[in-house]
Amino acid sequence: MLEMALTGSKRYWTWISFLLIVIGAGVLSYLHQFDYGLGVTGMSRDVSWGFYISQFTFLVGVAASAVMLVIPYYLHDYKKFGKIVILGEFLAIAAVTMCILFIFVDLGQPMRVMNVILHPTPNSILFWDATVLNGYLFINLIVGWTTLTADRKGTPPPAWVKPFIYLSVPWAVSIHTVTAFLYAGLPGRHFWLTAVMAARFLASAFAGGPAMLILLCLIVRKVSKFDPGKEAIQTLGKIVTYAMFANVFLLGLEFFTAFYSQIPGHMHAFQYLYVGIEGHDKLVPLMWISTILALISLVMLVFPNIRKNEGQLAFACVAVFISLWIDKGFGLVVGGFVPNPFERVTEYWPSLPEILIALGIWSIGFLVLTVLYKVAIAVRERTASWPELH
Amino acid sequence: MSINRRDFLRIAGASTLFGLAGVPAVEEILKTNAEAAVLPGPNALKAKRWAMVIDVNKIGTEEDYKKIIHACHSIHNVPDIGNKKDEVKWIWEEDYEHSFPGVSDEFVPESIEHKPFLLLCNHCAKPACVRVCPTKATFKRPDGIVAMDYHRCIGCRFCMAACPYGARSFNWRDPRPFIKEENKEFPTRMKGVVEKCTFCSERLARGLKPACVEASNGAIVFGDLEDPGSEVRKVLSTKYTLRRKPEVGTGPSVYYVIGGNEHA
Amino acid sequence: MYNGGKIILGLVIFVGLFAFPIFYNTGKTADVPKPSLDTPVINQMEKKECVESKEWMKANHMQLLDSWRDSVLRDGNLVYESTGGKKYIMSLQNNCMHCHSNKKQFCDSCHSYANVKPYCWTCHIAPKENEI
Repeated sequence: MLEMALTGSKRYWTWISFLLIVIGAGVLSYLHQFDYGLGVTGMSRDVSWGFYISQFTFLVGVAASAVMLVIPYYLHDYKKFGKIVILGEFLAIAAVTMCILFIFVDLGQPMRVMNVILHPTPNSILFWDATVLNGYLFINLIVGWTTLTADRKGTPPPAWVKPFIYLSVPWAVSIHTVTAFLYAGLPGRHFWLTAVMAARFLASAFAGGPAMLILLCLIVRKVSKFDPGKEAIQTLGKIVTYAMFANVFLLGLEFFTAFYSQIPGHMHAFQYLYVGIEGHDKLVPLMWISTILALISLVMLVFPNIRKNEGQLAFACVAVFISLWIDKGFGLVVGGFVPNPFERVTEYWPSLPEILIALGIWSIGFLVLTVLYKVAIAVRERTASWPELH
Repeated sequence: MSINRRDFLRIAGASTLFGLAGVPAVEEILKTNAEAAVLPGPNALKAKRWAMVIDVNKIGTEEDYKKIIHACHSIHNVPDIGNKKDEVKWIWEEDYEHSFPGVSDEFVPESIEHKPFLLLCNHCAKPACVRVCPTKATFKRPDGIVAMDYHRCIGCRFCMAACPYGARSFNWRDPRPFIKEENKEFPTRMKGVVEKCTFCSERLARGLKPACVEASNGAIVFGDLEDPGSEVRKVLSTKYTLRRKPEVGTGPSVYYVIGGNEHA
Repeated sequence: MYNGGKIILGLVIFVGLFAFPIFYNTGKTADVPKPSLDTPVINQMEKKECVESKEWMKANHMQLLDSWRDSVLRDGNLVYESTGGKKYIMSLQNNCMHCHSNKKQFCDSCHSYANVKPYCWTCHIAPKENEI
């Protein structure tokens, strides 16, 4: 089926070339980092994880969100998602690919990455994260490819793939839970040491992922003859609404615990992120943009009249996505390191090579996504002319 | 072609098996190598749980602090990179307030408030860094030392996020150009691995106490925490001491004598 | 056959590219390395012997070093008792290289020939050879 990605309009090839150029810049930056060491990034002794790990964390959420299509379609027989569930699965594949790459570029000794398998260490959450992420990638490859192949032939998917589909549901939850456990089990990092971390991760994932999916559906409709369906998009909009409310609620719980208890260690990271500590306030503008976008999106999403207008829904989804990207794809990781264990403040800001490498990985993700979506759309465009089967 | 398909498959299969069984095979080779054996050093210092008590009141001037830090950093080839971002350190000075955040009171004696403390890896009883390491590159030895295997570290820095004491440094770049005078008897590290204090395990194996203890003129006492007759236990039974962040449950093995300046 | 010419041309380029190392090296031979034992310490030894027999070391030094590393670092050992009952400190930098102070003529001669690149020397300090 992949050959379907080899024919396309001029616009398609322009987009592919653009991605390849950005990937090239990222690869060159990575070679520089590989040679010099991670010192080319903005990370330091005090803030020892930065942009890479936060992108990884955010994207695990995007990957997990495919389950928001799988559950209604396969467990509740919600037919409207039938045409787009493949878009969710392919988005998961692209997102997990990016996750794995972001972990890889963050390693100081990438050539030794197989040590994780050569010396398996079940007490390390990172060991489990590597396991569940790779597993999730395979499950989605198997399910996505098999169901699409069956669709193309106009036959129902083979029976053996069903167990994989059901397995993908708890597995999606597991990847984000395990990722939250990377943070939530560390003594002495107050900002991360919270039992609602995994719950908050899942809530933000189920808002951010479907928000991205709505945007992708609208793009797909615009550039192809395949229509994901107005009603499917509206249902996704409702999912985004509920999940975003849950996410903001959970964030509110964190604020309450920190500031009502007045325990200094619990307040510090929030103070750093939202007002700054002793004049150190690099992240403050970003965090407020995130907060304002979250509020705007909630207001827009909660009124059905606004949500039903696809243009306005798209705007709200962009707001949700950016808000969550700042909150989880930046603030969450950096906030955990500031102030440091001595209650001193070292700030962090990504360097140019670091941003180029991150953009390169995002572009690889979009390349994977584009190619997979191209195939899916081509199949959908063909089967759309077989009304008797659908 | 003298090799047929079946032979080829057999050889390929055998080499795959050999490849997979590579690690135990090494042990086999050593075992078959007759009576060869490995032993601890004849003078090795042994303990059930190594611990340290630091009495900064006994460290006089800034020069004395520098001497202790230099003793450690010079023999272990710790680089002096000269900027805070890439900094690597095994033992360093920190004031009372920032050494004991959450414990430090508003009003403390002048002698404590402005006296620098010496911070280093706490060689915890329940080290969080060991718990999170995905390759066992950092591990706990039977004598309580939290050790690093720099050959195995993949540089994920999970241990740095997990350590509540900021004891770990990462080699953000090649450290070699920043080592002023190499100690030819000790390795350096390479870029991309995490490093920290080792309680001088390489010296203990040869019967020597840690370098900082030796350079401290008695301000740092080192011994077995589980031996009631040890030097550290004697100090602990007579002086009031603090450990850093005991509330996180890691069980640090480095104690700090607080006050007790009356004899000085 | 569709595009037969293009396919054949592509195949020729592919085979040519991948077989290049074979063509390039045909008829050339590299000298078999002879690791040198000419160092001050070894020259002074009455009986020139390593921790194990020369043949065994030739075949197994990498496994030996690997097991020494784990034994010293992870198990806190220091001394290796050889098959012959002699005792040696297990240390690449302080003991092996004490005798074999000619890394370039000893280690590197074979390693370059076999194109193996052990990463010992990114951390362990190699002996200063021109000083001798």
